[in-house]
Amino acid sequence: MLPSYLMLAAILFCIGLYGALTKRNAVIVLISIELMLNAVNLNLVAFAKYGALPSLTGQVFTLFTISVAAAEVAVGIAILIALFRLKGTVQADEFDEMRR
Amino acid sequence: MDTVYSHYAWLIPIFPLGAFLILAAAGRGMRTAGSVTAMAASLASLVLSVLVLLERLNGRAAEYNASFDWIATRGFQLSIGYDVTNLTALMLAMVSLISFLVSMYSAGYMKNDDRITVFYAYISLFTFSMLGLVLADNLLMLYMFWELVGVCSFLLIGFWYTKPAAKAAAKKAFLVTRVGDVGLLIAVLMLFWYMPEHELSFSAIQNVFNEGQSGLIAQGITTAIALLIFTGAIGKSGQFPLHVWLPDAMEGPTPISALIHAATMVAAGVFLIARTYSIFEASAAAMETVAFIGAFTALFAASIAMVQKDLKRILAYSTISQLGFMMLALGAGSLTGGIFHLLTHAFFKALLFLGAGSVIHAVHTQNIHEMGGLGQRMRITAWTFGIGALALAGVPPLSGFWSKDAILAAVLDEGHPLLFAAGLAASLLTALYMSRLFFLVFGGKSGAKTGAKTGSRKVLESPLVMTVPLVVLAVPAALLGLVELPWEGWGKLGSWLLGSTYSPQHDSSAVVMIMSTAVAALGLYIGWLVYGKGMISRTAAAARLPWLVNVLENKYYIDELYRYCIVRPVLGIGTLLVLFDRYIVGGAVRLAGGLAVLAGKAGTRMQNGQVQTYGLLTAAGLVILIVAVAGRRFW
Repeated sequence: MLPSYLMLAAILFCIGLYGALTKRNAVIVLISIELMLNAVNLNLVAFAKYGALPSLTGQVFTLFTISVAAAEVAVGIAILIALFRLKGTVQADEFDEMRR
Repeated sequence: MDTVYSHYAWLIPIFPLGAFLILAAAGRGMRTAGSVTAMAASLASLVLSVLVLLERLNGRAAEYNASFDWIATRGFQLSIGYDVTNLTALMLAMVSLISFLVSMYSAGYMKNDDRITVFYAYISLFTFSMLGLVLADNLLMLYMFWELVGVCSFLLIGFWYTKPAAKAAAKKAFLVTRVGDVGLLIAVLMLFWYMPEHELSFSAIQNVFNEGQSGLIAQGITTAIALLIFTGAIGKSGQFPLHVWLPDAMEGPTPISALIHAATMVAAGVFLIARTYSIFEASAAAMETVAFIGAFTALFAASIAMVQKDLKRILAYSTISQLGFMMLALGAGSLTGGIFHLLTHAFFKALLFLGAGSVIHAVHTQNIHEMGGLGQRMRITAWTFGIGALALAGVPPLSGFWSKDAILAAVLDEGHPLLFAAGLAASLLTALYMSRLFFLVFGGKSGAKTGAKTGSRKVLESPLVMTVPLVVLAVPAALLGLVELPWEGWGKLGSWLLGSTYSPQHDSSAVVMIMSTAVAALGLYIGWLVYGKGMISRTAAAARLPWLVNVLENKYYIDELYRYCIVRPVLGIGTLLVLFDRYIVGGAVRLAGGLAVLAGKAGTRMQNGQVQTYGLLTAAGLVILIVAVAGRRFW
């Protein structure tokens, strides 16, 4: 069972990574990051159930991660809105302030 | 007998060294005080060396040597020290006397030069090095001073470095003498290698190579060492294959030509051979080589001097020729003859050069065809120059006659009729070119030809500071020959130098004396007929033998030969190496640099401020890392 879960998580992670690196819309990038995070969560749950040492700790940890991720998305959206107010766009390639 | 002054002989070179340091610190300042400093220093050296010489003259003073260890390691030690022997005492007095007179003369000759202080600094440095060379008690120390005088010669030839000819001459002198110096260096190294206990002092060399002990070092090695030492002497003393630098060295100021390129430094080669004479005596082949090269050079240079137009170059070729005579004497086994001629030549040639300087100072040209009739205008110069010329030509009873006679008699006694004939022919040419020189410069009607060059400006005798050295030098040039006469009991110089067993009597003395007198008289007479009285046309020889005159005027094309056979190929190799350096070595360097710059540019382009690009690169880096780490197991 474990390889199927891991495979699903890997596919999910790759889709997320692809979206995060290629999409121009910053909202989609944020969503892709969530996707990657959830792939990790899936791994945690899978290992907690079918791993070498099954334990409840992994599932509890996943709950924590989900709530932290929610907070993180809230902060990310807030920054994005601030950026949108400043620049008038959410296109990720417009945000190149790090070069200067 | 106890020695008193010899203990202080180390002070003799110290005076000029001090003067050099003071003058070098002064830069271009101290114009008058500088010359006085240099003169005072050489006067102090002169006084002390005369005291040393007088002490040795009575013949009972022991040879004095003092040295201390410089480097002492297991197995060998290097010492610094000085030797006071009869030979070195004589050379000390000669060098410091001429150095003093030249310093005095330069005060007049160089009066209007901007860098007169620098000039005196160089002269002081040279005097120091030359005196050090004479005093040195081992070969390595001599070699160091040998190089130092070479440097001084280089600096002084190129003293007027704004003249391209002077620059080129300085470089040429330095490079050509270097060829000989390498030989000397190899000789020093070989001696170091083969001598017992790596001893390099002259007394040890003498002990090892003296007769009876020559088995210590193989015959072939001895010959090789002697020939290599002679190579050094060839370079310094302007002997045949390496003579080309000396005529060009005349681009330097005339007092320098008198001091360095006539009297002292060029004689260092002869002195070196005299100092290491036991090595040469142990090898018959080396002696033969020295004699043949000397005789050839004497004849060869004298023939070139016949047709040169430049006053100083004629004297330079004459110097080469006379140095050849000295080598001939040494090669024929007559140490006394060589040193005797060195001594007399130093005085009369310095006199001739200073006289030439006086003439050049007055008429501002060096071409003898533009001079003439100076005898009436410059009486002191003409008289003293005449004495020097007669001494050089070998007219009895002037000094040059006796020394040349001693050489020729020794050569004939050794059984070298060919070398004797060469020497005699060189004497004839010497008399001929000296009378040509004298009559062209001083003879004729006053102002007949000088007007053409010097305009209406009056040609005046040089100031007293320049004529006094001439007069002082004229005395030994005339009388110094009396220290060594070819009769039993009159060979004072020889018995003093070599010990009581020496006899100046040669079997053929009388014949040689008559022949050399006749030859000198004949040369002077022909010269007078051609250039003094005009009975024989000056162009007669040129009309009959144009090719010969052409060859002589071009100095046997030796310079051209060297230019095409050595200088050009070396320059070609140099150009090739420059290209190699510029394009291959430099190309590799530029490639490395260029790659770094390219990498930097690529890096700059990647840093575009886009988080996604950074993320992509990070991901790619991670993949590479994983592949590298995970892939390791596959190779």
